[in-house]
Amino acid sequence: MTDIAKEALSPPRSFLSQDAIQLFYRLLAVLLICAVLAVLNESFLSLGNILNVLRQASLTFFIASGLTLVVLTAGLDLSVGANVALSACIAGTVIHTTGSPVLGILTGLACGGIVGLLNGIMVTALRIPSFIATYGMLWVLNGLTYWYMAGETLHGFPAGFRQIGSGYLFGLPIPVYLLLVFLGIGTLFAQRTIWGQEIYAIGANPVAARLSGIPVTRRLLLVYTVSGTMAGLASIIFLSRLNSAEADIGESLTLPAIAAVLIGGTSLFGGVGTVFGTFIGALILTLVLNGMNLLSVSANWQPLVTGIIVILAVWLDMKTRRRAQ
Amino acid sequence: MREAAIVSQANPLQRIPGVAIVLGALIVLFGAIAPGFLSPANLSNVLVQSTILTMLALPMTLIIMTEGLDLSMGAVLTLTSLCVAIVSLATKSMLLGLGAGVLVGAAFGTVNGWLVAILGIPPFVATLGTLGMAQGLSLIVSDGQSVVGIPHSVRDIYSATLAGVPVPIVIALVTYAFFHALLYHTRFGSYVFALGGNREALRYAGLSPNKLLIAVYALGGTMAGIAGLLMTARMNSGHPTAGLGLEFDAIAAVAVGGTSFERGNGWLLGTLLGVISVGVLRNGLNLISLPSSVQVASVGVLVIVALFLDGLRSRA
Repeated sequence: MTDIAKEALSPPRSFLSQDAIQLFYRLLAVLLICAVLAVLNESFLSLGNILNVLRQASLTFFIASGLTLVVLTAGLDLSVGANVALSACIAGTVIHTTGSPVLGILTGLACGGIVGLLNGIMVTALRIPSFIATYGMLWVLNGLTYWYMAGETLHGFPAGFRQIGSGYLFGLPIPVYLLLVFLGIGTLFAQRTIWGQEIYAIGANPVAARLSGIPVTRRLLLVYTVSGTMAGLASIIFLSRLNSAEADIGESLTLPAIAAVLIGGTSLFGGVGTVFGTFIGALILTLVLNGMNLLSVSANWQPLVTGIIVILAVWLDMKTRRRAQ
Repeated sequence: MREAAIVSQANPLQRIPGVAIVLGALIVLFGAIAPGFLSPANLSNVLVQSTILTMLALPMTLIIMTEGLDLSMGAVLTLTSLCVAIVSLATKSMLLGLGAGVLVGAAFGTVNGWLVAILGIPPFVATLGTLGMAQGLSLIVSDGQSVVGIPHSVRDIYSATLAGVPVPIVIALVTYAFFHALLYHTRFGSYVFALGGNREALRYAGLSPNKLLIAVYALGGTMAGIAGLLMTARMNSGHPTAGLGLEFDAIAAVAVGGTSFERGNGWLLGTLLGVISVGVLRNGLNLISLPSSVQVASVGVLVIVALFLDGLRSRA
């Protein structure tokens, strides 16, 4: 509490410069990892691999960007991965039965958004701590998805729909364009709109935010709904990239998304961080995992490495903030 | 905050209704709709199957009392179960297997405690990180495969009986007695209450809250190690996803049992009844042939309802 209070009292300008320095370090890390990988493995710098890294990073980024807003309010959404799985399976079914990709996409987004809204209601109206509420939601969604799919796999979607995840435009994968669009929207929303600034204020000091007339409940509902909707968007990209949907596709997505947010410098304690940082975080994580892959490290090592990265990122964040005070 | 703990300790009867009503309602419900639910064989089965969860939920109660959480317990259980399987397979010795499991579990518990107490990382993120680490190590040591062919001495633990009572139930009862004595009749127990309710008081009393906190998490890991032996015995193999999501059942049992997530008070008997409630729920849904996915979802709903009611109570 005192930490948050101190933070709220320190002048905002120092935030920006602090953020700029942190961002600089992270860009440096990206360059460093790239240099090491380029030396260790010559196929790293191939165009195919670089595009692959960008595409992978964009998948993590879609989930992580919505999550960033939640973490900015000092909350957490552990249900994103399970949300992706359920949304993908429902959207896939809709495309199969109606034959309309547009309807499927809208269903996927709506499904993700509704789940997010339910998370928001649990956190605001029912006042359940966010990490427990969304953790409960994780298992509810898992159960629903497995029950709904009953071990089946959905296969084969229209070629046009598959372009979203696997197509190219002017030599760049389409998800990369989507990444740029949502990076722009996310950054503008968080930094340049009143709602965005209110979200920072809620995270920095919820009591002060309430007292200064910010509609905290409505903003929190918005933030969780956006996080859910972004999971819905990610589900569409997954669906069209994999060209199939299975109940277990979300299981390995939550931890990397949280890792991307935390590596990107968004503080778990709320009020500090940027969507652009999360993009860099997603890039760093993807580079590490891609590098392991290129160096023929078994994929079994990925959860271990991601877990260590999550803890390291939080620890570094706490250390730098302590020093800044 | 401390008063709340004292009140609940002095008069646990006040709290019995919540979890007892849940358990009673579930028993009546499944007694009516699930064929064979009330048969002695099935009820004994529910209790035997609740053993592993008991071993996780009791230390989880202590952890949650310190306003903490251990999301890594299921993954650590998986890892220790694999360690038991691998070591007992290699040495043909059940005790060495148990020793390996307990050691690994205690190590993970200590790391959790260290991350939370010394580095000050919020418990749910610290243990989410170690969840990933334990999951990864499980995949690495098993190479994603089941470990089969473990010695009979391990398997027999789950199927043996002692004076007509299944050994797992004996182990669960002994564990409960141990935790009851530890929490309510030792100094360590009252320190645990203080860790959640009033950490400053511990500091003024010249104690180190950090060391106590590490001990609480280490106890959780150690129990996951012992439970790993039971899991390996039950499955007659080590499997890289054996304990997946078990930490959630443990959290559910604690939440249903009436331990509060925010006020530093805990009630072990409530947790025990919570464990049986979760066991009855899963068993009953299984008997009316609903798939395990529905069981998972309903445990999720159970937790959210329990926490909502807990929130209502704390505001009342």
